[in-house]
Amino acid sequence: MTLNTSRRGFLKGAAAASAVLLVGARPDGALAAGSSNGAKLNPFVKIDADGTVTAIVKHFEKGQGPATGLTTLIAEELGISMEDIAYEFAPSDPGTYNNLLFGPVQGTGGSTAMANSYMQYRQAGAAAREMLVQVAASEWGVDASTLDIVDGQVTDGSKRAPLAKFVAAASQLPAPENPRLKDPSEFRLIGNAKVQRKDTPPKINGTAKYAMDLHLDNQMVAAVLRSPRKGALVAGFSDEDAKGIKGYIRSAVLPNKAGVAVYAEHTWAAFQAREALSVEWDNSNAEMRSSDQVREQLIEAVNADPAYVLTETTASKAQSSMDGAATVLEETFYFPLLAHAPMEPLTCTIEATSAGGVVLHDGCQFPTGPHGALSQILGLPMDKVQINTMFAGGSFGRRATPVADYQVEAALAFALTDRSRPVKLVWSREDDITGGFYRPAVAHRVRVGLNADGGIMGWDHRIAAQSIMKGTPFEAMAVHNGVDHSSVEGVAQSPYVIPQQHIGLTDVAPATTVLWWRSVGHSHTAYVVESMMDAAAKAAGRDPVEFRLSYLTGDGADQTRTAGVLKLAAEKGNWGAAPEGRDQGIAVHKSFNSYVAEVVEISRDEDDYVKVEKVTCAVDCGVAVNPDVIKAQMEGGIGYGIGHVMRDEITLTEGVVDQSNFPDYEPLRIGDIGEIDVHIVASNEAPTGVGEPGTPPSAPALANAIAVNGPRVTALPMINNGVDFA
Amino acid sequence: MTLNLKLNGQTHQVEAEPGTPLLWVIRDELKLTGTKFGCGVASCGACTVHLDGEPVRSCQTFIEDIEGAEITTIEVVDQNPVGAAVQAAWAELDVVQCGYCQSGQIMSAIGLLTENSKPTSAEIDDYMNGNACRCATYQRIRAAIVLASEKLEA
Ligand code: FES
Ligand code: FES
Repeated sequence: MTLNTSRRGFLKGAAAASAVLLVGARPDGALAAGSSNGAKLNPFVKIDADGTVTAIVKHFEKGQGPATGLTTLIAEELGISMEDIAYEFAPSDPGTYNNLLFGPVQGTGGSTAMANSYMQYRQAGAAAREMLVQVAASEWGVDASTLDIVDGQVTDGSKRAPLAKFVAAASQLPAPENPRLKDPSEFRLIGNAKVQRKDTPPKINGTAKYAMDLHLDNQMVAAVLRSPRKGALVAGFSDEDAKGIKGYIRSAVLPNKAGVAVYAEHTWAAFQAREALSVEWDNSNAEMRSSDQVREQLIEAVNADPAYVLTETTASKAQSSMDGAATVLEETFYFPLLAHAPMEPLTCTIEATSAGGVVLHDGCQFPTGPHGALSQILGLPMDKVQINTMFAGGSFGRRATPVADYQVEAALAFALTDRSRPVKLVWSREDDITGGFYRPAVAHRVRVGLNADGGIMGWDHRIAAQSIMKGTPFEAMAVHNGVDHSSVEGVAQSPYVIPQQHIGLTDVAPATTVLWWRSVGHSHTAYVVESMMDAAAKAAGRDPVEFRLSYLTGDGADQTRTAGVLKLAAEKGNWGAAPEGRDQGIAVHKSFNSYVAEVVEISRDEDDYVKVEKVTCAVDCGVAVNPDVIKAQMEGGIGYGIGHVMRDEITLTEGVVDQSNFPDYEPLRIGDIGEIDVHIVASNEAPTGVGEPGTPPSAPALANAIAVNGPRVTALPMINNGVDFA
Repeated sequence: MTLNLKLNGQTHQVEAEPGTPLLWVIRDELKLTGTKFGCGVASCGACTVHLDGEPVRSCQTFIEDIEGAEITTIEVVDQNPVGAAVQAAWAELDVVQCGYCQSGQIMSAIGLLTENSKPTSAEIDDYMNGNACRCATYQRIRAAIVLASEKLEA
């Protein structure tokens, strides 16, 4: 970390009267401080002249807790209470932040919020503390080392003064090069299970503003009638029947011909008018395949030689290593397309500013993409496009697409107007379920050979998937030697040390758009690996926990941490001692550098209907910054994983999505799942993600519980493959 | 049609076509946005409000059917002791994640506790089954209803 001395010159111009202390990072990542919004830094903490402390939250809040986590880090190091710190979402505003400063990509995903901010936010809080203390020390004529901030006041132990007294002078100081971070033994807030969410109050009284809740003066609401098939184009339309609908304004074909934008005075009129439109589609380039055909292609591909081989062990080597095996297990798995279906349907609003630019109001997960897209579509320089990040009603990946799909749609709809009125694009639930961007359909075929002692001799694993990353701006990062890592993660680099393992991949072109979905590739790879480990243990007549542990030997961090959560979940979940009438299944998986094991306990009623009675979870995610937020994320991740494998799939008939709303894309309901008991491993490792890692083991743990006295489910959803739920 | 809507203790004159769901009058006309749009087909519960004290799905409640009824939304439920207890329990247990379903969850929970002050776990599951939470905050919802029930008893 270097001291940014050149900033002093810049600061001369900063009005001392504004007296705001900002501490954050420069574009190169170095710690920096400044005194006004013009400062060339990306602030993490802001202290106003009156001493009000605000954390600037650079990751958007979709429920996973960064508003709480990042404020905790600042409050901890600064020496203030959680009540005395507010938070704001960082804007994507190049006018203020000079374009580079949130670059190159500002976004939230891959469960990275805490992982990438843990040191940054602590350093910013610690630097602010040292700057304020330094000013107080010189005013009081004492050595800075005798002072600290306790309970929001600068103190030497007896004398106390509020932060406000020192803000103006502190804002003129350079950031310290190496602020002292608190030792974990000094933590009051980090790791404190009593710290509560910062965003609870407005979310329980109706005052939290989601993008859907924005109502700008004079706004129009736009609904878009999209082609029911990927690639179909509008050939013509008539709005004759819409004209009588009160509040209907007009309709226009989007410039890309992907749909017709319907403008109205309010949402209901927009939806009704859209229903009244008649549109003719040109299907000459449209996708006409059905999901059954795609499924066949995927299954065919896993039965052939893979296009890409990831391992040194070839398929034939893995196969020949099973010669003489006592048992060979072979299973083919199929995973359907899945929608994310966040609770708040997609929406955003574009409004012109008096300065000739626009503001995008959005529960924006990936500000950088929409920022560029709006600038291009609306013909505006980047600094004329601002993004106001609002609460997002869930995402699970959907609000971040490589092509900024719904923001682009809003921009196209806005561009077709004279721009005098704000345009709010609103998706309905039907738009959401039918609108593409699904978890890819995937097939796996696995052969595992066991010797007479029940040990693995070889493992041949073939995957056929629809690549998420190919053809997107993320390709360079995520695709190597033809292998889209997101198709194989979780099989590749598994903590299990498996002898003679071959992993192969073949891509099959999707019949719709595909996207990362909570836990991405792990959403299917964990299911397959953990189902096969379970089946192998069963075939070998060995206990599933003991069997897994025997492939997690050695002292590598991956192996010890995986074994650690496995043992903890087994212990806390009373593994092997299920209550009368219940079956247990277990699974463990590493994803996003966190380790999670889960025990699922089920019951069956007299008609053999399965009920998920209890889930016990053990998680190792490094330092547990907000234990209760981590528990909540595990609970949510488990529900999300289990809910989808129980009942959900997206299917296509001649390219058209068959499902349309919750009645046929049934969410997990309260009665579907019993108690969830989460245990966090104490750790001093750097914190890692928690938004996604709870999901992967949940589905295979359920499948393994079902397999105890029922079928081994290898095609999803379970209800279409021999399992009924109570 | 012009309609006198009694909402949160006040009467509002609103202009809307017959067949308009109450949800959109509340959100777009009266600009009370605590009541959420989640599905529009009565299958998620995000839009739950009270109609004469009973939870209803406002997305499938049509304005021509509710002349004279008293409507209550999330914005004022703290004025009722059950509502205040439910909100306090929700805060204490940090039930919310994204929060988008929670207005509806709270409106339903108040309905449950109003008619059954000590619901069992099975009764909670049964009553709350129509309120989906995509963030799966269900076990905290269950615990918060029990906690609210205890608060009301105390
Ligand atoms: S919006 Fe009314 S039940 Fe879903
Ligand atoms: S808290 Fe997100 S849908 Fe319930």
